[in-house]
Amino acid sequence: MTTKLMGQGVQRVEDQRFLRGHGRYVDDVAVDPATLHAAVLRSPHAHARILDVDVDAVLDLEGVHLVWTHEDLAGLSAPMADPLPLLIPHPTLTHGRTQHALAAGEVNYAGEAVAFVVADDRYVAEDALDRIRVTYDVLPPVVGIEAARAADRLVHDDVPGNVAARMVQETGDAPAAIAAAPHRLALDLTVERSASTPLEGRGTVARWDPDVGRLTVWTSTQSSTGVRAAVAVKLGLDLGQVDVITPDVGGGFGVKINHPWPEELLVPLAARALGRTVKFTEDRREHFVSSAHERGQVHHVEVGFDDDGRLLGLDVEFWHDHGAYIPYGLIVPIITSTQLLGPYKPAVYRVAFESLYTNTVMVTPYRGAGRPQGCFVMERTMDAIARYLGKDRAEVRAANFIQPDEFPFDQGLVFQDGRELEYDSGDYPASLEKIKTLIGWDDFPTFRKAMAEQGRRVGIGLACYVEGTGVGPYEGAHVHVETTGKVKVATGLTTQGQGHATVFAQLVADELGVRFEDVEVVTGDTRRMPYAVGTFASRAAVMSGSAIHLAATRTREKVLRIAAEALEADEQDLEIVDGVVSVKGSPGTSLDLGTIAVLSNPLRYAFDEASKAATQFSVGDPGRPPVPEDDEPGLEGRDFYSPERATFASGMHAVIVETDPDAAEVRILKYAVVHDCGRLINPMIVEGQIHGGVAQGVAGALYERMVYDEAGQLQNASFMDFLMPYATEIPDGIDIDHLETPSPLNPLGIKGAGEAGVIPSAAVFAAAIEDAERIPITAMPISPSELFHLRQEHTR
Amino acid sequence: MTEELHDVRLDVNGTAYDVRVPARRLLSDALRHDLGLTGTHVGCEHGVCGSCTVLLDGAPVRACLVLAVSVSGQRVTTVEGLTRPDGSLGPVQQAFAECHGLQCGFCTPGFLTTITAGLRDNPAPTHDEAREMVAGNLCRCTGYQNIVRAVERAAELAATEGRP
Repeated sequence: MTTKLMGQGVQRVEDQRFLRGHGRYVDDVAVDPATLHAAVLRSPHAHARILDVDVDAVLDLEGVHLVWTHEDLAGLSAPMADPLPLLIPHPTLTHGRTQHALAAGEVNYAGEAVAFVVADDRYVAEDALDRIRVTYDVLPPVVGIEAARAADRLVHDDVPGNVAARMVQETGDAPAAIAAAPHRLALDLTVERSASTPLEGRGTVARWDPDVGRLTVWTSTQSSTGVRAAVAVKLGLDLGQVDVITPDVGGGFGVKINHPWPEELLVPLAARALGRTVKFTEDRREHFVSSAHERGQVHHVEVGFDDDGRLLGLDVEFWHDHGAYIPYGLIVPIITSTQLLGPYKPAVYRVAFESLYTNTVMVTPYRGAGRPQGCFVMERTMDAIARYLGKDRAEVRAANFIQPDEFPFDQGLVFQDGRELEYDSGDYPASLEKIKTLIGWDDFPTFRKAMAEQGRRVGIGLACYVEGTGVGPYEGAHVHVETTGKVKVATGLTTQGQGHATVFAQLVADELGVRFEDVEVVTGDTRRMPYAVGTFASRAAVMSGSAIHLAATRTREKVLRIAAEALEADEQDLEIVDGVVSVKGSPGTSLDLGTIAVLSNPLRYAFDEASKAATQFSVGDPGRPPVPEDDEPGLEGRDFYSPERATFASGMHAVIVETDPDAAEVRILKYAVVHDCGRLINPMIVEGQIHGGVAQGVAGALYERMVYDEAGQLQNASFMDFLMPYATEIPDGIDIDHLETPSPLNPLGIKGAGEAGVIPSAAVFAAAIEDAERIPITAMPISPSELFHLRQEHTR
Repeated sequence: MTEELHDVRLDVNGTAYDVRVPARRLLSDALRHDLGLTGTHVGCEHGVCGSCTVLLDGAPVRACLVLAVSVSGQRVTTVEGLTRPDGSLGPVQQAFAECHGLQCGFCTPGFLTTITAGLRDNPAPTHDEAREMVAGNLCRCTGYQNIVRAVERAAELAATEGRP
């Protein structure tokens, strides 16, 4: 019997091409002197009316093929002059505004696209940008949540108060419950902006083939099908005329889920207009000022609790800075407002948020997508309650846990996908025991004492989270057995380094009984699977994994049906091992999958020795049609998975830090993670996801922020100034323990694992620094200079 | 306005290429777009991320901070040059595969070239030296844990073979 691959740390197949320099990222496509290159003129102002754009000096520059402003677009395709789509409308999003592909009379952030140039190469295209003269009437900008709330100035003239949406959810009368509670606390908490910052920025290549009237677009996206639909609508093409291919993607982390970017429309439009292949590759500064950020929120919490620290009422009001436009709707603040509850069950909860316009780069999901803020708020609250009551922080958490026998647990709220926020499974008390053991929670007082004797200051923190993963609506898969016996698998969602080619092949090899090496997986190519949603929200393994499993099951059924007929055996007596179907107990009677593939497709023409066996004179009963009713030729299976609702992964992080008494630097002494993503497909890959998430979490807690000045200029739009951690800033070793509570919602019992690593980091560091310093920590990230100033404030 | 072009001979991975480029053309762009060697990646174009690291006469440099016209007569080694002539992986590449030292793979070529040079200088690094060896390159996916393990594993593999 073949060894089951589910649960094995199988080495990744995709690594071979990456390690040899043979990866295919978008900028590696169409490396050819005939390819033209695009560049974008971006607004230098955060808020301004455009009075005039003069492009005359560009047109005579040698090597320039095209220059467009907003005025040019309508003539090429009427929908191009309209604003970009509002991708996720929501009833409470009463004032949704999106930008134009090229600014139409007004710019609302420094970096907004104003003009578009195509030239022989990027150097010449950038020369051309320098020659464009734009006359602006500069307006005062709105920068930061405080300015947005004050609403002395408006980002959009027709959006009162700068409020795009106000949304309230409640499970009862929280203010009354808090007023009646034995104890009450109020907290004000802040999390700053950061960004996904994948090492590969955005990029798009397009080629128009006039002979067949088809457009091919390569783009570095998390949703090929989404880009395809947007391009078709905006260019006035039928969906069937547009193919979108997403080759290797050099990291996404959320930012590449937003679409279409202006360039994803302008590049195909230019390719069609010029009849030439056109490429746009974003540079690093452009990524900072023209893609998307996340995280910026300010929270006010009121909480009432009993002597054990049990939450009797929780009332949270927060303000979300979504930047100048809101194409991705309210996903981030909705997630914050619902996932804030984590593994706890407050008796009554009320949450209200406002999503606010500011003249800064727009906000779309970044790994964790609103959860790090929610987790920070809930866990700071737990720590505050413990401190107030003089109780152990772990004990207060345990007092509020949903218990293992309470699943499925309905939180009484509506989640980001419009479904009930109902947790499917979990075991939070078991998680807590594991994390306490892993970090040495009970031994910490002794350690602290020993360190204090050496004059060293240490602190410990703990944070718990729940993550709704695997949101719908659906994913699909196609499994095809070739006549060579090789298996080709296609799923429409994309891959950004999560090892999909490996884990999906593991699932197919298990279900179909073929060798892992014989399975090849293609992702994100609309020619191979046009029905798909995308890779985000830790959904790939749950959604595509389940769809692939179901498609492989269908394929297996057909294999057995054909084999049973050919071998004159009962299907139930057959087994498939290493791609060979045989009758159990009769090793002599067998057929390989390639032969079954040949038999599945009745042929008129013979192409080779194998196909001779399937022609009209070789097989079939002349008295019946060659393809029976209700059947179809070919050995393939296609299926879709669409869940009722999200599945809930969970976990806990703990950290021990040392703070420098003079320099206020924070050093990580130990980092521990307990993680429950249901059944593991490939533990090596899951741990890799955790490592990466923790690194981004450390970054968000201690280093990364978007520093805007009052004029709305991003002051740190480079890797020199935006501090992404190197190996030296990341803990040397992360202790991981897994818990597996299978999800009842999908056939494999899996939950998503992609984002969890980043969710509790700000919370866990705030807790540990507070524990070391005995100073309340209410805003993250925290730099040494901020800690230094906090110390000064608190010793006054 | 016509830009002056310069004839340059680039010696890359043991092959000589004649290209005609403007003086301002970056080595990273010349490798990628003129020679089609797209393994060298450009992540920031200001020398911080290290994705474009190549070896110039064996020493690691940021190809995005070097002009193509300036490397005439020097030996350039890119990630494509780390694979052995028979197509098998070199020890640093092999170690990355074994240790799951990469996810999206974009920063990987820069790490592979950097570590190749690092292990030539220090074939048996301590754990701290292994961390130090990769501390000038950014990775956004892996959290570096497995990259550091890969440095240590590559040193073991190279020691067995007698070369990095």
